Amino acid sequence: MIRVQAEDFDVGQELEKLSDGNHGVGGVCSFVGLVRDIAGDKTIEAMTLEHYPQMTEPALAKIEAEAHDRWPLEETLIIHRYGRLEPGDRIVLVAAASAHREAAFEACHFLIDWLKTQAPFWKLEETPDGGQWVDARSSDGRAAERWLTDKPQDKPQDKPKGKPNAAE
Amino acid sequence: MKILYFAWLREKAGIGEEDVSPPETVTTVAELVEWMKSRGGGFAEAFANEGMVRVAVNQEHVQTDHPVAAGDEIAFFPPITGG
Repeated sequence: MIRVQAEDFDVGQELEKLSDGNHGVGGVCSFVGLVRDIAGDKTIEAMTLEHYPQMTEPALAKIEAEAHDRWPLEETLIIHRYGRLEPGDRIVLVAAASAHREAAFEACHFLIDWLKTQAPFWKLEETPDGGQWVDARSSDGRAAERWLTDKPQDKPQDKPKGKPNAAE
Repeated sequence: MKILYFAWLREKAGIGEEDVSPPETVTTVAELVEWMKSRGGGFAEAFANEGMVRVAVNQEHVQTDHPVAAGDEIAFFPPITGG
């Protein structure tokens, strides 16, 4: 599931929905990104997230599909906000639900790493010196590249897929 | 073709989007960028440091040798800083 929105989200509710009615889920791993009040030696008063609306959802859908290709996942979630946010505000939530924890942990890590280099968002920080566009960090590029070379675990072929139905 | 600019490229170009009709000799992203620069002013400034410019053609990340054609939507932006 993908959502791109200006408004905040409720982490607890979102995570609950991810496994709701699906008892094949054994674990949910999530990452929440927040606005910091400091970057290097600069105080951040607020941050504005700009995005490329026509491309954002397709880009996120591709990232999500890639995660499902690599790991045996029951469900994934990416919520990314745009607009003006203040320190402490939530920016992004990614989560992965799987039968076992390893796939959930790895897929969650992958989702946020890839999102940071593939999803068309840009941060403008408001500092006492005025607005400053955030520079891409080379560490983010390296974090994403790791997933290009790391071979994901093999998907079990005999894994029953889909939501269990009480009637079956 | 439709051109979109984001983040500081938009600020330098002084425009968020525009329709352009480059000469027929412009067939790749790299050639389009050269033509953009030749228009001078904010465009020359926006593309002054090409190493900092990323591009998407029809909402897909591409390299500068990617072809461009009439009707394409071409977006220029700095390296992504979301998440």
